[in-house]
Amino acid sequence: MAEKRIDEPTGTETVGHEWDGIEELDTPMPRWWIYTFYATIVWSIGFVIAYPAIPGLKQASEGLLGWSSRGQLAEEMSAADQARLSVREALAVMPIERLPADPELMAQAVSGGSAAFKVNCVQCHGSGAAGSQTLGYPNLNDDDWLWGGDLKAIEFTITNGIRQPDHPGSRVGAMPAFAGAFSSEQLDDLAGHVLSLSGKAEPNAEGAQIFSENCALCHGPTGEGSRTLGAPRLNDAIWLRGGTREDIIAQVTNPKLGAMPAWGERLDPVTIKMLAAYVHSLGGGEDTPSPIAPDDAETAPPEQDAQTPAQ
Amino acid sequence: MNSPAPVKNRPPQPAKQLYEQSKTVHNKRIDGPFRRFKWAIMVLTLGIYYITPWIRWDRGPYAPDQAVLIDLAHRRFYMFGIEIWPHEFYFVAGLLIMAGIGLFLVTSAVGRAWCGYSCPQTVWTDLFQHIDRFIDGDRNARMRLDKAPWGPKKIARRLLKWAIYLVIAFWTGGAWIMYFADAPTLVREFWAGEAAPAAYITVAVLTLTTFVLGGFMREQVCIYMCPWPRIQTALMDEKSLLVTYKDWRGEKRGSLKKAEKNPELYGDCIDCNLCVAVCPTGWDIRKGPDISCITCGLCIDACDKVMKDVNRPRGLIDYATLEDCEAERAGEPARSPMKAIMRPRTLIYFGIWAAIGFALLFALGTRSHTDLSVSPDRNPPFMLLSDGSIRNAYTLRLRNMESRPRDMRVAIVDLPGAVMWSDTIAAENAAPAQTFTVPADQTLTVRAYVSAPADTLPGDFAFTLTSLDEQGESDRTETSFNAPGAE
Repeated sequence: MAEKRIDEPTGTETVGHEWDGIEELDTPMPRWWIYTFYATIVWSIGFVIAYPAIPGLKQASEGLLGWSSRGQLAEEMSAADQARLSVREALAVMPIERLPADPELMAQAVSGGSAAFKVNCVQCHGSGAAGSQTLGYPNLNDDDWLWGGDLKAIEFTITNGIRQPDHPGSRVGAMPAFAGAFSSEQLDDLAGHVLSLSGKAEPNAEGAQIFSENCALCHGPTGEGSRTLGAPRLNDAIWLRGGTREDIIAQVTNPKLGAMPAWGERLDPVTIKMLAAYVHSLGGGEDTPSPIAPDDAETAPPEQDAQTPAQ
Repeated sequence: MNSPAPVKNRPPQPAKQLYEQSKTVHNKRIDGPFRRFKWAIMVLTLGIYYITPWIRWDRGPYAPDQAVLIDLAHRRFYMFGIEIWPHEFYFVAGLLIMAGIGLFLVTSAVGRAWCGYSCPQTVWTDLFQHIDRFIDGDRNARMRLDKAPWGPKKIARRLLKWAIYLVIAFWTGGAWIMYFADAPTLVREFWAGEAAPAAYITVAVLTLTTFVLGGFMREQVCIYMCPWPRIQTALMDEKSLLVTYKDWRGEKRGSLKKAEKNPELYGDCIDCNLCVAVCPTGWDIRKGPDISCITCGLCIDACDKVMKDVNRPRGLIDYATLEDCEAERAGEPARSPMKAIMRPRTLIYFGIWAAIGFALLFALGTRSHTDLSVSPDRNPPFMLLSDGSIRNAYTLRLRNMESRPRDMRVAIVDLPGAVMWSDTIAAENAAPAQTFTVPADQTLTVRAYVSAPADTLPGDFAFTLTSLDEQGESDRTETSFNAPGAE
């Protein structure tokens, strides 16, 4: 049983419990301590009145200050928008080909473009912008461009899209389906010639003949491609839809043609500039201004052995 | 709250009170070696606190010239010739461990010396108690004023005193923020209303805490709030120095007159209560050690003075260990308290403390001022270029801890035929090594592209970093090259 007693040395009452000879003194608390406790109670009442606190069936009480977490988020978002306003205004008046002259604005544009890319582009091009060979989405990291790799060309492609019949300005290029036009030997010869352009097969005269009669108009006599027509370069190591003999034959007989929405209809020009800057920054960006002239861009003969440019 | 002088034997409270009224401590002025020591410590600690941010230290054009600066915005900590970066936070951790072991060391050697002399709560309480004395007079005058009814004079006195408290409190809060920004600039911005909100909030909070804790709470903080006295009771043993009333010598207490009549009945304590009157926490040391006793030694000063006046030997109240007390009680002569300091436990603490200190100094002296970190791109892991070569992308971080721009050369090793370029170096200028200018006191982030011949197999290689100056500091970071051959 609890037995309270006055502790001799201190003159303080014990709480009455004893554990193996150890007792606890019922030392009085200082008065300021209890006042502090009362103050916290008063504070909590004020808090309940000022902030949403009392749960209801559908929502909590509103609180006199009218604060809500959703409202706070909206405020912070609009503050962030305000903070970005100066960048957007500067980008709006800056022609994109002059962007590299302003490295700071360029960095901001790349960073904004990275965010916009995650929202709008990764669905096809992938989060690392590496595209997909099986689905024919181009890799945006490499140095091979179907329609041009300088800032202005990228901006144009994003704005107007590719093969959009409803959008008059879009990039257009078509490849006829050669299904039934050639025998399977002829197709094999043709695929062999296409592979030989990048040194992956022995040259053969039959294939070269078919190529120059049917393909060289768009893809160029040495397979250098045409950016005006969006005809892929065939004499390099990069294949949009695969580089095996079967892949090439499939693409000749029954070509698949990629399309991209005209983002100018959905995104504002500043966002598109940022996207262009981001894509340009991925490692394959070309210098601006560069006239879209595939003929003088890649006139080097097809490389027989793949070597790095420095060697 | 009005209260009588602390009584020597508080009678058991008549009715059980749930809450204890705090009694204002009006400590009496005393002079003596411990008081003078406290003055010296107060001048030293307050001087360090208020003056340090104003010391200048030339670090050249690229770094702040404030000797001690915690630059949170740029994540740098400057302390005279030392500059700490966030990745070197272990120095700060090491200093904190040293501070912890230092408290162990001090406690095991000299008991609660921290509490008695150098704890900020003690120093500021001491300062505020001197203000009380300066405005309202010494102990008796202050007690009279406390009891006096509120009138114009008392109100004026109180307002004046609180105003001085507030000025000191504000100055204390103001000095704190000087450690976090360039002091002269911050002072100007502060008064112009241009400083960061955090600066005003910090000053307001510290002003309030100094005003309340130093002006009013005082010993209540030590007795009720602070965990350290509780921890210290566990750190002390029978060999730790404590302020001790030597009851075997002092008892039975009696006034001088009584003692003259019956010298054999009474001890040396003349029951003058001066030891209680001078105590900054209002404790009666004759009751024995207690959490309230911060061992500041003022009662030793008081008692020594009285003993001298009545021609008795000093040291009725003195620093002594429990062990020595037992010996003395048994009739042995008093030992010097200095002996208590030199004992194995103290020396071991000191050894650990010093070892950590030397380890930190060694690490500080031998640390490199450059560093290279490499993170390879994982998405996509590699990229075919139109000429068939394989490109990998890396994010390189070149760290320059010197306060001047430095040229650094990054080279590829163990990857035959590989060349690199970057977001700032065009692919036409690709080469096996590139030179970057890293700005003073910064980390330069470089997006580097490495391309290797088509037949390169996936494997490990390394980047090396060499500073192109007389120091020639270097770093080497292993990473891997991804290639289609992996599948």
